[in-house]
Amino acid sequence: MSDRISVAKTYKLYIGGAFPRSESGRSYPVTDHKGAFLANAAQGSRKDARDAVGAARKAFPGWSGATAYNRGQVLYRVAEMLEGRREQFIAEVSAAEGVPAKKAQSLVDAAIDRWVWYAGWTDKIASVLGAANPVAGPYFSFSTPEPTGVVAVLAPQQSSLLGLVSVVAPVIASGNTAVVVTSQDRPLPAITLSEVLATSDLPGGVVNLLTGRTAEIAPWLASHADVNALDLTGAPESIRADLERSAAGTVKRVLRARPSEDFTREPDLSRIRAYLETKTVWHPMGV
Amino acid sequence: MAAPTTLPSALADAVRDESSLRRFLHGLPGVDQVGVEQRAAGLGTRSIKKASKMQAIDTAISMVDLTTLEGADTPGKVRSLAAKARRPDPERPDVPKVAAVCVYPDMVKTAADELKGTGINVASVATAFPSGRSTLEIKLADTRFAVEQGATEVDMVIDRGAFLSGRYGLVFDEIVRVKEACGDAHLKVILETGELVTYDNVRRASWLALLAGGDFIKTSTGKVQPAATLPVTHVMLQAVRDWHTQTGELRGVKPAGGIRTTKDAIKYLVAVHEVAGPEWLNNHLFRFGASTLLNDLLMQRRTQTDGHYSGPDYVTVD
Amino acid sequence: MWEYAPAPESRDIANLKPNYRMFVDGQFVEGTGEPLKTVNPATEEVLAEVSTASKEDVDKAVKAARRAYDRTWSKMPGSERAKYIYRIARLIQERSRELAVLESLDNGKPIKESRDVDVPTAAAHFFYHAGWADKLSYAGYGPDPKPLGVAGQVIPWNFPLLMAAWKIAPALACGNTVVLKPAETTPLSALVLAEIIQQADLPPGVVNIIPGAGDIGATLVEHPDVNKVAFTGSTEVGKIIQRQLAGTSKKLTLELGGKAANVVFDDAPLDQAVEGIVNGIFFNQGHVCCAGSRLLVQESVADELLEKLRVRVSTLRVGDPLDKNTDVGAINSREQLTKIQELVESGEGEGASRWTSACPLPDKGFFFAPTVFSNVSQAMRIAREEIFGPVLSVLTFRTPDEAVAKANNTPYGLSAGVWTEKGSRILWMAQRMRAGVVWSNTFNRFDPTAPFGGYQESGFGREGGRTGLEAYLDV
Repeated sequence: MSDRISVAKTYKLYIGGAFPRSESGRSYPVTDHKGAFLANAAQGSRKDARDAVGAARKAFPGWSGATAYNRGQVLYRVAEMLEGRREQFIAEVSAAEGVPAKKAQSLVDAAIDRWVWYAGWTDKIASVLGAANPVAGPYFSFSTPEPTGVVAVLAPQQSSLLGLVSVVAPVIASGNTAVVVTSQDRPLPAITLSEVLATSDLPGGVVNLLTGRTAEIAPWLASHADVNALDLTGAPESIRADLERSAAGTVKRVLRARPSEDFTREPDLSRIRAYLETKTVWHPMGV
Repeated sequence: MAAPTTLPSALADAVRDESSLRRFLHGLPGVDQVGVEQRAAGLGTRSIKKASKMQAIDTAISMVDLTTLEGADTPGKVRSLAAKARRPDPERPDVPKVAAVCVYPDMVKTAADELKGTGINVASVATAFPSGRSTLEIKLADTRFAVEQGATEVDMVIDRGAFLSGRYGLVFDEIVRVKEACGDAHLKVILETGELVTYDNVRRASWLALLAGGDFIKTSTGKVQPAATLPVTHVMLQAVRDWHTQTGELRGVKPAGGIRTTKDAIKYLVAVHEVAGPEWLNNHLFRFGASTLLNDLLMQRRTQTDGHYSGPDYVTVD
Repeated sequence: MWEYAPAPESRDIANLKPNYRMFVDGQFVEGTGEPLKTVNPATEEVLAEVSTASKEDVDKAVKAARRAYDRTWSKMPGSERAKYIYRIARLIQERSRELAVLESLDNGKPIKESRDVDVPTAAAHFFYHAGWADKLSYAGYGPDPKPLGVAGQVIPWNFPLLMAAWKIAPALACGNTVVLKPAETTPLSALVLAEIIQQADLPPGVVNIIPGAGDIGATLVEHPDVNKVAFTGSTEVGKIIQRQLAGTSKKLTLELGGKAANVVFDDAPLDQAVEGIVNGIFFNQGHVCCAGSRLLVQESVADELLEKLRVRVSTLRVGDPLDKNTDVGAINSREQLTKIQELVESGEGEGASRWTSACPLPDKGFFFAPTVFSNVSQAMRIAREEIFGPVLSVLTFRTPDEAVAKANNTPYGLSAGVWTEKGSRILWMAQRMRAGVVWSNTFNRFDPTAPFGGYQESGFGREGGRTGLEAYLDV
């Protein structure tokens, strides 16, 4: 055994491609499942949420305007990067979730595979969900799915990595940008994931991660007029209805929490559909 | 290009040379086919009843250019047509007379003799009608002959081949020369829209004819299908309306061929009324080139005045 | 001058009855709410007395819908449901003239619109969705998508029959049962649709139609046994409903207000653009959520276009909705007329230049002459708020980027228009305008095969097409 003192990581927020501390200067201790101290995480504030929404909005035109092929390659690159840091994530997930290494390994592998699955969807969504509409008249009419905009995601509280990936990847696959509030008590894999995102050709601001108290940050996102959609998956049950009421203030698309969602199951298109708008375009046909 | 008729300064530039004419015509706003056809169909649902229908029928009768353009035409046929023009419904003296009788040049003299002093115009097709495929000299000679014979109106055809191949200057020059040859006779310029195919072409040809001095723009010879259609007439009415906006001058429109029923004629009048404007609702600015239409107008007129439906045996076949 | 003689459609065709009752569990029954008198907005005379639902009646209707769902409709093969829905489509076609006249009487819209648009499109919606009933496994929502249960639907007064069709047809096709509340001022055509549903012999309770005011709509959407809520109406009410449903498991779709930009470039087909602008804002008196109420014209062509527009708008005939030559009918209610007048006054107050058609208006009834405001800026209320009347606000732009920025500068996002002869520019604009429907070189086209619905505060969910089925399936 070496008696070398390891270099401990400072866990920070991920906003607009940068890693700032919370503007509030606050942090909170994160422990493993047995209560042993792991690290201090930044305790994101209302203003951090505001900055994250600003960064997500700024990133939206570029990301939604990128080709689907490009977005697919970026998401696949995330999987590649994740694969390269597989061991680190197994250790972090194991510590965060209190699962044996073997279980943590399967969760990390599933998370990597999930990125690959969604990477493959980027350039198929429009063909599967779009349509040429056979209207009764001399018009060409087509409908095409478009990203709704900035999506606020309250990540699952339990599944610190696989759950997080399962709710974030479908948001950005179609071109939305995301402001994510990570699992409150298990935030460290999320922060490490942000390091992966930052080195995966994902433009800054496409995914923004906030650690902290979900119940403190979520209401500001739910009421923010520049947020288009809200995923309540990780919202504490006691405030879900309030958040939804607040989201109604600007008619946000709300994805309600699904009772005991099992992220190890094969996903379907529903999370992609939840953040899409259908745009129908008409044009006359004539000479 | 030939010297144009006196043009308002705003448009004089357009006819300076061939390339400026092309630029002008291609700079006109496009026409969306579906849009114009929809508008024409929509306006076609106007329901004209009672007094307004009676007024429409009389207006339409007064706008008819009663036409015979057959190889089999004879002086006898033309004389009976002239009689019909003077008194469309012999039993009903209050029926207005038609605007003109339209014949081939060699029939002009017969028609002119029959119509002398009636106020009914004698129109003659000319310029190697209907194809227009001859030399300018022959077309001019054709025109001069018609006018000498007594035609007060000349219906010329444009060179569609030249138009479709983009030789706008040639088409323009021909119209200018024919207009000169007409002297005091009014010139109607037949675009033969059925051969121009697109509404963009109809709009360009309309403006070209107006720039060159045509008093009327006319849809068709009647020898090519489709002849007059409602949406084509809409586009031409828009042209004379816009011409008026830009120059203050009033020019006319004449749909010809295929208008056979009162119902159709009224749709055209509604279009004149609402697309060009009420000031076009007279035979100085709007004509129907037709033959069978007149009898349907007369039958429907009787239905209006008699209160029951009429039949073909109660109007004269000439 | 040539004046068109009046050409009125006979009101006898509407088979107007002195009393109408609500339709619950397959029967027309007396509601226990305060009866309402529905008024012809063109004459201000009472057309009929309509019994309304009380809160207890809402419960009865929902229970009937639940019974019908549990016992018959959810168990019936899709192929059988389809035949019922096809029957409704055919019956609407058979009674189309009656429905058209009734709609114009109750709503005030011109007969040519109810005859040529509302009623045929309503029939088309039933016909289209009927075919889906036994093909849902092909719709892309998995092998055997399930219905939601009882749908509570609340619809507005601007297209009373058509909105009922947009709501009921997909609900039934997907296997749901329905309780529908028509608008307070326009209940009649929905109740004739109930007759049609009776004639089509639908099992009792599959469709229930309960007239009433907003409180009955609120009671319906709040009812604990309703599984799905669909609302078309104002953004204000849509937000209230979304709040009401917070924390429940009810699926919600909203089709709300709009302030659509209709963008005209200098290379547009101008005459057709003028028609599209007119159709965009004066169709249905401007009572259209997707109305092209903000005209954005490229500066280089603004004067020419505005002149053409004024000439064209001057030819619009405002008056008796039953006259076949009427282009613009009556404003649906005094309340709506007051709102329009108030916003028009604010436009004048804020310094926009008002031009109003000199067309004659009837002495009685609720009418408003077509009005065009120029010199409008984005900050004015008439450029931001939905007027829902025959009032157009004209703004200008210089570059495509400016056009997009101004078009998108609204919390709404229902529809947009673009006029240009340049194909690549159309696609560029269509991609950038944040709206659920983009009409290019046309406006206000609707079809059951083409999904319709909004971005942002114009609501969520789509109606029509394969996409529209999602709203009524548990997916």
